[in-house]
Amino acid sequence: MTHPLTPSPHRAIDSLAVGEVAQICAIDRAGLAPETAQRLCELGFDEGVDIEILHRAPFGGDPIAVRVGNMVVALRRDMARLIEVGA
Amino acid sequence: MNAPVTGLAPQAARTPVVALVGNPNAGKTSLFNALTGSSQKVGNYPGVTVERKAGRLALPDGRSVELIDLPGTYSLNPRSPDEAVTRDAIFGRLPGEAPLDAIVAVVDATNLRNHLRFVLELKALDLPLIVALNMSDLAARDGIVIDVEQLAGQLEVPVVATVAVRKRGLDALAAALTRCIGDTAPPPASPRATDIRALQREARLLTAAVETSTGTARRWSQRIDRVALHPVVGPLLLAAILFFMFQGVFSWAELPKDWLEAGITLLQSRLTAALPEGWLLSLLNDGVLAGVGAVVVFLPQILILFAFIIALEQSGYMTRAAFLMDRLMARVGLNGRAFIPLLSSFACAVPGIMATRTIDSPRDRLTTILIAPLMTCSARLPVYAVVIGAFIPPRDVGPFGLQGLVLFGLYLAGILGALVAAFALRRTVTKGAAPPFLMEMPKYQWPAARDMALGLYGRATAFLKRAGTIILASTIVLWALASWPQPPADAARPGIEYSLAGRIGTALEPLFAPIGFNKEIAIALVPGMAAREVAVSALGTVYALQGVDEDNAGGLIEQLRTAWPLPTALAFLAWFVFAPQCISTLAITRRETASWRWPIFMFSYLFAAAYLAAGLTFHLATALGL
Repeated sequence: MTHPLTPSPHRAIDSLAVGEVAQICAIDRAGLAPETAQRLCELGFDEGVDIEILHRAPFGGDPIAVRVGNMVVALRRDMARLIEVGA
Repeated sequence: MNAPVTGLAPQAARTPVVALVGNPNAGKTSLFNALTGSSQKVGNYPGVTVERKAGRLALPDGRSVELIDLPGTYSLNPRSPDEAVTRDAIFGRLPGEAPLDAIVAVVDATNLRNHLRFVLELKALDLPLIVALNMSDLAARDGIVIDVEQLAGQLEVPVVATVAVRKRGLDALAAALTRCIGDTAPPPASPRATDIRALQREARLLTAAVETSTGTARRWSQRIDRVALHPVVGPLLLAAILFFMFQGVFSWAELPKDWLEAGITLLQSRLTAALPEGWLLSLLNDGVLAGVGAVVVFLPQILILFAFIIALEQSGYMTRAAFLMDRLMARVGLNGRAFIPLLSSFACAVPGIMATRTIDSPRDRLTTILIAPLMTCSARLPVYAVVIGAFIPPRDVGPFGLQGLVLFGLYLAGILGALVAAFALRRTVTKGAAPPFLMEMPKYQWPAARDMALGLYGRATAFLKRAGTIILASTIVLWALASWPQPPADAARPGIEYSLAGRIGTALEPLFAPIGFNKEIAIALVPGMAAREVAVSALGTVYALQGVDEDNAGGLIEQLRTAWPLPTALAFLAWFVFAPQCISTLAITRRETASWRWPIFMFSYLFAAAYLAAGLTFHLATALGL
């Protein structure tokens, strides 16, 4: 299935290293309640926007703080897994 | 729903209404404070626990408008009661609010693209709109240059650069308002379907067209966060800040508390000198002044606590604390935002419960309110001190004193009780999925003195109005219960036993006997309803000791040692871990949940927990032969 020129293009932002910048390429909106999908959008999460993991909380690395555009947003990792970035 | 309201009032007397609307953290309240200053009034919208903040703003042409500060929201699709108020006010269907004449959309110049999306949503409503490009100084410092004229041209609405904390741009804003407010109110806007993602993209394109950024945005905030959110340093810093806060609450409040107590005592002695002995003197001294005293002696502590909470909120650190603590709070079904309100409840549950307003999920907020009284508040300390002093021998266990260990154990029992209660409540009465934890972490800012002062004033008056009136009234009622009927002249037993309170206590005795409480305890719990520490002086009264209070409990300690068996004393301590009796907490819960249902539920479940804990302790201690 994978084309040799585009190796594994998608991964969840959860798997980014702290400080690594990537671009959101897909948000699994079906996996979210409609209000939550909307709030994510209102906070600036959208396909094509830059995202970077800034911090992981103590006691297990959950939640995480991400920079999305000019905003810093805290979210739990179960939600972060629904947001995918390009390699 | 959108019926025109013309004809309700003569047009000449009409005061136009202008609302400040914007994202949270846009500096909206700072702008409101700068524009209205001391003319602002804080009230409540009917039926909901959302504050209504309004003030008068004079326009350059001599007219004046009523400016209202609507709760911050990300869009017109509300997720919380606060956000619903903003939407309803904008659509002119909020009870108690006139339809709006104009909207001032407050945007953070350092976060233009996110805030512009909301401006576009507001613009589609066709109400007169002005954009206040706030914090323009911070944008300049971050190397962000915004072409204000081009932005105004593209949006087709006036745009005014402002710096609320430095009072810059306010005249230009007032002038812009003068131009857009007509003689008659515009028809109210009606809701329409909006495609948030499309607006978001439009806002990004617009921002790219009007903004040139050369610096690193939020550089300072990111530097601070590297320390404040560090996996090891972050929690230590949080602990240090909280330690400092509690030091402040407990040590700085001592002196003004002493002054207030001395003032009340002075007034009481003046009255004693001026009035003849009798029920009037007793009402004024033991009812009214004691009631006022019970309220105001807490004021220094509560003000200091509020000052810390407001500073933590305005600086942006509060969200960091929530971030650090979210994981631990999640284990019992709460989120990180519940941490600070619960922590504040160690000083007093009243400001703690008032601080739950920052929790956006109604279920999480209710759960937090319900468990707040389980945090050992300062009013329990006098009770613990007396009973531990009387029954726990001052010997050492290893490197620790036994008395201190027992006190620590009582605090721990309260925390564990709260965790169990939260866990149980989230599965029963507050059942349901919590909205996911999704929280903007704003940039750090120095709290502005004016905003601190106005915020503190607002919360202090709210406390005095909400808790004060009920505490005063209930103290007078409890005074009456404890004073009537008067004992006969040849009374053999302490006077209180002849009173209504004494009779209620005596009637309750069979209820408390199974958990080891004697009649004296049952009686003392009745006037002790006013506040937990009142139980100490009430026990003094029951044992016919004069002038017992928390600073002068030696006689009472001696008396209790002979009157109570050890299991009873331990059961009494266990009771106070859960003790439901605190009228201020119940009153503030009534205010914050807008119904009697939850304070009644709170009282009942705490009573049941206290009863079970005391009973278990009593029987276990008896079985162990203590």
